[in-house]
Amino acid sequence: MSARIGVVTFPGSLDDVDAHRAVRIAGAEPVALWHGDHDLRGVDAVILPGGFSYGDHLRAGAIARFSPVMREVVDAARRGLPVLGICNGFQVLCEAHLLPGALTRNAGLHFVCRDMWLRVETVRTAWTSGYEPGQEILVPVKHGEGRYVAAAGTLAELEAEERVVFRYARGNPNGSFHDIAGVCDASRRVVGLMPHPEHAVDGLTGPSVDGVALFLSVLTAHV
Amino acid sequence: MPRVVVDVMPKPEILDPQGEAIVSALSTLGVSGVTSVRQGKRFELDVDGDDQTALERARDLADRLLANPVIEDFQVRLDGGPREVGAQ
Repeated sequence: MSARIGVVTFPGSLDDVDAHRAVRIAGAEPVALWHGDHDLRGVDAVILPGGFSYGDHLRAGAIARFSPVMREVVDAARRGLPVLGICNGFQVLCEAHLLPGALTRNAGLHFVCRDMWLRVETVRTAWTSGYEPGQEILVPVKHGEGRYVAAAGTLAELEAEERVVFRYARGNPNGSFHDIAGVCDASRRVVGLMPHPEHAVDGLTGPSVDGVALFLSVLTAHV
Repeated sequence: MPRVVVDVMPKPEILDPQGEAIVSALSTLGVSGVTSVRQGKRFELDVDGDDQTALERARDLADRLLANPVIEDFQVRLDGGPREVGAQ
């Protein structure tokens, strides 16, 4: 039986369909979860996709954090369920305090939409075990609020514990501290990143198929 | 019913690119002498109860929802009342 990966749709989510597709390409079964759901239907992992949940009102991710499904996601993550937050999903995970730090307006104020090279800084997470350490991958970036910031002590902790998962390798698109594109929690099962691996799973539509390994990694994390 | 004002500002150490854009717009307008702008948010909450209860509830909401303490500071005060420090 193939693994079942939940993909949450909030009002304003945009990339849930591509996340479903990436899960299918990896050989798993995508399960649609709605923001108002009170249970996770027994899925083996959860993806929070990109977009503008609740219109980004107040702050990106600030309202989504209080949705019924997020209560379930936070509980399940604390019990060890792998969770991946992509772009707006990363913002939601930071607002929900499952990941440290925050995402703020890009340093240049411009919305950035381009393919970026990332370096996989650690393969010791539920979502990156399928990569080679230090591997560089080409993945699209598209956001206006992707500048990762955190207190100096938090950054030092992330670096010391090797919890910076992805770093911009050839130029920093948004002014993120330490060129950080993605981080994980202490359990290494909750990962958030601003770039979009789900848009890099098919040579016809993406710049590479480098994103597939994220969705494959979580399958081995669970078997 | 007390009205509580919550002012939310980016922490001093957090870059405020919007404020910087406003400074450069001012120089384009020919305005000189404004050396720094920080942009924040103001919330006005009408809250049931007496002034003290309203302030406490607003402070709790500011901490949990209206501000993100990782990147923002907030101040809570009664509308028209003295400014009160709500968080460091």
